[in-house]
Amino acid sequence: MYDGLASAIGRLPFLADSGGVRTLDPRTIILLSVVLGLLAVAFVVGQLLKRQPDTVVNPAMVKTFNHRVRAWWLMSAILIAAFLVPGTWATVTFFGLIGFWALREFITLTPTRLGDHRALFWVFFLITPLQFVLVGRGYEYYGLYSVLIPMFVVLFIPARIALAGDFKRFLERTAKIQAGLLICVYSLSFAPALLHLTEWKNWHGSTAGLLFYFIVIAQMSDVLQYVWDKMLGRRVIAPTINASKTWEGLFGGGASTALLGSALYWVTPFNPWQSASMSLIVAGMGFAGTMTMSAIKRDRGVSDYGSLVEGHAGVLDRIDSICFAAPVFYQLTRLLFTNLQM
Amino acid sequence: MLLVGNPTTLAMNVTGPTLALIARLLSGASTRWIDCQPEAGQRVYFSNHTSHLDALVIWSSLPRELRLVTRPVAAKDYWTGGAVRRFVSKSFNALLIDRKKIKVHRSPIDLMIREIGDTYSLIVFPEGSRNTTNEIKPFKSGLYYLGKKRPDLELVPVYVENLNRVLPRGEFLPVPLLSCIKFGPPIWLEHKEPKDQFCKRAREAVLRLKDL
Repeated sequence: MYDGLASAIGRLPFLADSGGVRTLDPRTIILLSVVLGLLAVAFVVGQLLKRQPDTVVNPAMVKTFNHRVRAWWLMSAILIAAFLVPGTWATVTFFGLIGFWALREFITLTPTRLGDHRALFWVFFLITPLQFVLVGRGYEYYGLYSVLIPMFVVLFIPARIALAGDFKRFLERTAKIQAGLLICVYSLSFAPALLHLTEWKNWHGSTAGLLFYFIVIAQMSDVLQYVWDKMLGRRVIAPTINASKTWEGLFGGGASTALLGSALYWVTPFNPWQSASMSLIVAGMGFAGTMTMSAIKRDRGVSDYGSLVEGHAGVLDRIDSICFAAPVFYQLTRLLFTNLQM
Repeated sequence: MLLVGNPTTLAMNVTGPTLALIARLLSGASTRWIDCQPEAGQRVYFSNHTSHLDALVIWSSLPRELRLVTRPVAAKDYWTGGAVRRFVSKSFNALLIDRKKIKVHRSPIDLMIREIGDTYSLIVFPEGSRNTTNEIKPFKSGLYYLGKKRPDLELVPVYVENLNRVLPRGEFLPVPLLSCIKFGPPIWLEHKEPKDQFCKRAREAVLRLKDL
């Protein structure tokens, strides 16, 4: 079904192999085009809904929808531009910047003390860039970037804070910085790390396509859970944490995400069944991420990271599900679909 | 125009905007104007003081045309210490005040009024020095005398949020957290308003912005 179109696209000049990592293949381009097309439709629908009278549609919901669509446009446009750059550095850098910004929001929200200042300086300006530089160097550095933060940095942070001489709420402050790094930087870095997976068991596709597939599934699982919550949600899971997440949303959203995943299997190394299962796992992890972030936000008394400081978009609100799903998706893919060693 | 022939023209036209951009990127500062507009006209922006970055970031968060006619008042001993600080203070056209040698016949207030003429606005920190806690210290009387000698100046309260975490007292390496600069509705010195009462009222105008 894709073959005619695929071979035509395959003859485009910028689709050459670059340094062992094939950045774009015809199937990836089909997926990118489909997503851009749907976003265009969503944009038009959003604009039409905006003109409807308030009695027909809820204006707050329309605004949320339009904000989302705009964020996706931006994300897709930057990702596609980054894919077109030879090599993977542009894509990895983009994820690095997102991680940096998310960590910024995370630490701004969690109170730190003067004694944490020097530790935070290293966290922002040395460790965060280093993690993404290592990921960008390729799979040969997996042994280092998979332990750098959870092993070495996790030990460095409390030691550095201890040296600053402030013991008040010591463990709490340490844990906050560690959690921020693990979620916003370490976990997120496994998304662009997908680009460097090699030695596939029986697949010759593009890892850029696989990464884009993962992002689409994670974002759509958010949306599908939201839609199910709104339409059929009855039983709220944890009202004190997040009043809108329901069991109906979790299962309905998960099932629809799995369906979407099976429909997109052709861009991945998975067959339709495997793709559905992977999507289900991504949906479950995304749900876990949203709940975790909600708990942190409730504790700090804010509704989203965007309202924390007026005028900022709230990057962490958009990527919490990606952060939680990326390491699991990466490891399952690596262990089950490549010949790479444990 | 205004700047021709000024030896600091280059600093103000090239390095000034660059510094403003860096300061804004580093401090992630968002700007809010609450019942107040970024308008031309002579003003005194008065703010809580938590970090050496305060003056630079408040100045950066003004629109460019206002930046050109706004001068932060800063401590001479700090901003002349070393070539970099001297260069930075020149770039944002700081009005340096000697905190150590305040003479009766050359008071800082007279200097400020002479320097601003009928063109410039000022950014001042009435707490005197940077506070280390989250409380705002009682205001010193400089703002009162400015208002008394130049009743036409609009006194605009400014609240700086989170900058003390970006660059706390005694640190020289910044941590790039997000901060917020809030401009509030202007106040004026009332007719025959006592000094203490005015200082208290001005402090409350800043404090009020904290929770908005």
